[in-house]
Amino acid sequence: MSLALLIEQFLNGLQLGVMLFLIAAGLTLIFGVMGLINLAHGSLYMVGAFACAAVAAATGSFWLGLVASLAAAAAAGALMEVAIIRRLYARDHLDQVLATFALILIFSEGTRWLFGSFPLYLDIPPLLQGAVALPGGGQYPLYRLAIIGVGVLVAIGLYLLIGRTRLGMRIRAGESDREMIAALGIDIRSLYTIVFAFGAALAGLAGALVGALQSVQVGMGEPALILAFVVIVIGGIGSIKGALIGAILVGLVDTMGRFLLPKALALMMPATQAGPVGAALASMLIYIVMALILAFRPSGLFSARA
Amino acid sequence: MRKFLAGGVAALALMTAGIAQAEPVKIGVITTLSGGGAGLGVDMRDAFQLAIKQSGNSEIELVVEDDAQKPELAVQIAEKMIQSDKVDLMTGIIWSNLAMAVVPNAVAQDVIYLSPNAGPSALAGANCHPNYFNVAYQNDNFHEAMGEYDNKDYKKTFILAPNYPAGKDALTGFKRYYKGELAGEVYTQVGQTDYAAEIAEIRASGADSVYFFLPGGMGIAFMKQYAQSGVAIPVTGPGFSFSQDVLPAIGDAALGVKNSGTWAKDLDNPANKAFVEAFQKEYNRLPSIYAAQSWDTANLILSAIGKASVKDKDAFRAALKEADFASVRGKFKFNTNNHPIQDIYVTEVVKEGDVLTNKIIATAFTDHGDAYADKCSM
Repeated sequence: MSLALLIEQFLNGLQLGVMLFLIAAGLTLIFGVMGLINLAHGSLYMVGAFACAAVAAATGSFWLGLVASLAAAAAAGALMEVAIIRRLYARDHLDQVLATFALILIFSEGTRWLFGSFPLYLDIPPLLQGAVALPGGGQYPLYRLAIIGVGVLVAIGLYLLIGRTRLGMRIRAGESDREMIAALGIDIRSLYTIVFAFGAALAGLAGALVGALQSVQVGMGEPALILAFVVIVIGGIGSIKGALIGAILVGLVDTMGRFLLPKALALMMPATQAGPVGAALASMLIYIVMALILAFRPSGLFSARA
Repeated sequence: MRKFLAGGVAALALMTAGIAQAEPVKIGVITTLSGGGAGLGVDMRDAFQLAIKQSGNSEIELVVEDDAQKPELAVQIAEKMIQSDKVDLMTGIIWSNLAMAVVPNAVAQDVIYLSPNAGPSALAGANCHPNYFNVAYQNDNFHEAMGEYDNKDYKKTFILAPNYPAGKDALTGFKRYYKGELAGEVYTQVGQTDYAAEIAEIRASGADSVYFFLPGGMGIAFMKQYAQSGVAIPVTGPGFSFSQDVLPAIGDAALGVKNSGTWAKDLDNPANKAFVEAFQKEYNRLPSIYAAQSWDTANLILSAIGKASVKDKDAFRAALKEADFASVRGKFKFNTNNHPIQDIYVTEVVKEGDVLTNKIIATAFTDHGDAYADKCSM
């Protein structure tokens, strides 16, 4: 096992983590501020991917598609909040789960109705095509490095937004005491809509970025959503910092598990069995890690409500 | 001449349907119409419905349900179809893990099941069943063909498939005929969308080729990521990884890739010409191999309905076994285990105008059965 391979796998884990962070950040923000469990977050991720693919196909520009993905997901999020989600804040979590699950079905079938059941084509922009050389003789796709870069920028941006701006101050205030900031004359309804649309835009951005690497198809949001929930549960629900650490932890554990477990098992059993068994164990690994973390820190690593 | 033949085939279908007009037949179709695998199921359903529609037999009733690619859901739907809809025949399942969950139970309740796609090895050998007909292939087949063909060009291959019954059958089939060395053998998760870790291993493995079986969205993701990775090792795969449902989404990254299959749209026989033309006219897209297999399944059923009553199970099974229909694959007959004996081709992805599609370049096997038929005592 060469150094180049290890570096490449480490970057792969980091990149997966960053991707998960983009999805999980919006999810945890919405939960932290509004106390809402939004299962339809994965649908917003899908909306972003489809908007990007459709606009990129029509105009030939991935970058316009990226802008469209942000706009479409934010618009879908704002619309969803005003029309439906607003009525759910006072309800308990079961009602929220049921209503947002219904939204998943509506979004999926709506998208299928608009675009059909077959995956859309979305390619990486020419500027980010190809691979770059890594130290140690390896190569790494430029686009994945760009995703890591976007993730880092978003993390810094969120840190500044939450910590240094008036909007961020209101968000933090909303997290700790909703009635009080409403009493202080802040328009809590529009604050909620803004936060929801912002979280949706982050999910849409993630969808567009991932769409160029994977296949843009109906149902692409749900697997991502499950991982995003794992991330925010590990990180502590409502904490952006927790989402970042949790996402990178999940990304690294998942990638390294898939890479190393079959190899480790091959030392103990025949290679033909080690492959499938290792793969099966690797797919469980992040849930095992989640269970371990919850056993010692029941509210996650950085719970906002601790 | 071709038009005439195509017309003849259609007329023949109408005639056979005409004979059996009197008897109602209920067919349960369980297939994947939502989620990541929906493209495959939609093609399956569309071709099946079109074939029934073209037959003009108004006594055939289809009960179509979406399994969402979930085994537990497929089992529930199957129970409902058997118990309350009282279907005579069942078909439609795309995925082997779903077939394993549904088929043994359905055939044990004396329902005839015809597989338009999945062909798990577990149902082909000792556990074969008179009520189970596979109209598509045994899972190992496409991979056996590519293993045989790859002997010509490659000595050290890295192989990769999802960790489910068809994935294991795939690599078993490939290894059965491939004589070179294996640079690595990796099983991925079903539905996995990111293959960075596997691609890194391929890069480090020193392989001279990659063989992968990743149907539906998994293959799209893999090929796009592989094209960007800077790894220049050539890939080959079974037809599923490069079938018409996924080619547009993979894009030019698929150009020139060799893959195996029992059907391609340029296969030269009248039934196929008529099928491709009818499918394109009705749905305005090219059919995939899933559509072709489903079309054959429907026509096999129609041929048997013309010969026997579906209520007389023994006669109907015998009529099915004759496989007396014009297959779009040209030659088609059933082996002793009710699985096909057919030719398997190697195709190459080419561009026709703006459309990516497959073109036959070689025949890997002629009249190929499967490795499990001997163990079937039927």
